[in-house]
Amino acid sequence: MIYFNNVSKVYNKDSIGMENVTLTVTAGEFVSIVGHSGAGKTTLIKMILAEDAPTEGTVFFESLNIHELKNDDLTKLRRRIGAVFQDFKLLSNKTAYENIAFAMEAVGKSNEEIASDVPHVLELVDLTSRAFHFPHQMSGGEKQRLAIARAIINQPELIVADEPTGNLDPISTYDVIQILKKINDLGTTVILTTHNRGVVESVGKRVVTMEKGKVIRDDKNGKYVI
Amino acid sequence: MTILNRIIKAGFLNFKRSGLVSFAAVLVTTITLSVITTLILLQAVLHFSLDQIKDKVDVTIYFTVGAPEDKILILKNSLEKLAEVAEVTYTSAEEALKLFRERHANDYPTISALDEINQNPLGGFLNVKAKEISQYESIANFMKSDNALVLGSASIIDKVNYYQNKSVIERLNSIITGAQRLGFLITLLLVFISIVITFNTIRLTIFISKEEIGVMRLVGASKMRVRGPFMVEGAVYGVIATILTMVLFFPATAWVGRNMTEFLGLNVYEYYISNLFQIFIVILLSGIFLGMISSFLAIRKYLNQ
Repeated sequence: MIYFNNVSKVYNKDSIGMENVTLTVTAGEFVSIVGHSGAGKTTLIKMILAEDAPTEGTVFFESLNIHELKNDDLTKLRRRIGAVFQDFKLLSNKTAYENIAFAMEAVGKSNEEIASDVPHVLELVDLTSRAFHFPHQMSGGEKQRLAIARAIINQPELIVADEPTGNLDPISTYDVIQILKKINDLGTTVILTTHNRGVVESVGKRVVTMEKGKVIRDDKNGKYVI
Repeated sequence: MTILNRIIKAGFLNFKRSGLVSFAAVLVTTITLSVITTLILLQAVLHFSLDQIKDKVDVTIYFTVGAPEDKILILKNSLEKLAEVAEVTYTSAEEALKLFRERHANDYPTISALDEINQNPLGGFLNVKAKEISQYESIANFMKSDNALVLGSASIIDKVNYYQNKSVIERLNSIITGAQRLGFLITLLLVFISIVITFNTIRLTIFISKEEIGVMRLVGASKMRVRGPFMVEGAVYGVIATILTMVLFFPATAWVGRNMTEFLGLNVYEYYISNLFQIFIVILLSGIFLGMISSFLAIRKYLNQ
């Protein structure tokens, strides 16, 4: 599904984001990308979302070369990917309900579909009682569950989660990981970046370790080894 | 239709929820529209004053004593047919004498000299007003042309005072043209400055939302879906600012009308009331255009990130 072909990203001669990364993620996988800060985890996620372009190499989403896509095609690609971030990236002037509804509106869903699906997904992430709260009225864990709800509402083929538990307490972290595992069990590919050993071990699936922009280890059912 | 509805609804909702930011944007847009309204009123005052000056300029064709009235009237008719001529007034020799006597009623020596002659020493005259000051010369040239001569007028014309007043008329013409150009340039400059200020304020409101714009793009929203609500919000700034400006100008023009009509020569309040609809339309369209275009341009930078 995702293929990094010898990808490098050089910001300047002292700052290298990625170096000759070749990586394949197949459909249905749950891949944890681990590494210290600055290892290149976020750069990798940004490449998938076309927020950043490689200096060398190519990144494919199925047969699409992500960084050659025109604006409209890129918009369509992003509709196939759900994204979750450490800083939540919620729309601050929209309620929880509206944040999720916006993602559905973006892909052209009807008002009826929105009215039927949003309450369902809110229930799934246990936020029914917070439906009409704004993000600033919610806790970190609730915000992250809302971000996950928004990411999964359009049933994307891929979920990318960039340090989704970075700002959360252990209980919220557990909740978020359980939701991501459940999504993966239903067939959605998940790429998760983290430097939380507990998270990696509780997921218990493929682990890709990065260091200084390079992939230094790729283990099926791997452990957090740095 | 659903997309448009959603965009409009989101625009209004953003406006409502942005609170202070919306208030600041409306305030700045109101100032800009007030500047534009003031300039419209100043242009009206300028044009009124210039029209009054223009109205004082005319050309008089004096006829010889005893010139036959039918010939004068033929000339009057042919002058009235000229595209440059706004009005031609004929004053007969008798009326000219009557006016002369009235004007010199207290001048005993002149009146007694007139009585002594016992005949009318004055000829009739035609008073010609052109549509534009610059057209007097061509009217005067017409008088010298073959057309006028064919009519047999050359023999009855005593003098045309354009040639005496030529330099004054030309100078006045250049002053009026200059004043109009200067007024237009100052208007353009002030409008430009106001637009830049409004544009930057709206740019600032969009800058505050730049992260949200990025998030919207990340969840797969099209450019129009992201940009649309901001443009609607910009239009809302324009509409509310228009209403505020129109309301503010009632007391403002009333005060100016009460206190400065003599100085300005035009009652600004009466002008404002009698042109209320036209001014409203101009300001409303300016406000909406300004708000929407500013939003459209300001968001462009963040949409492509």
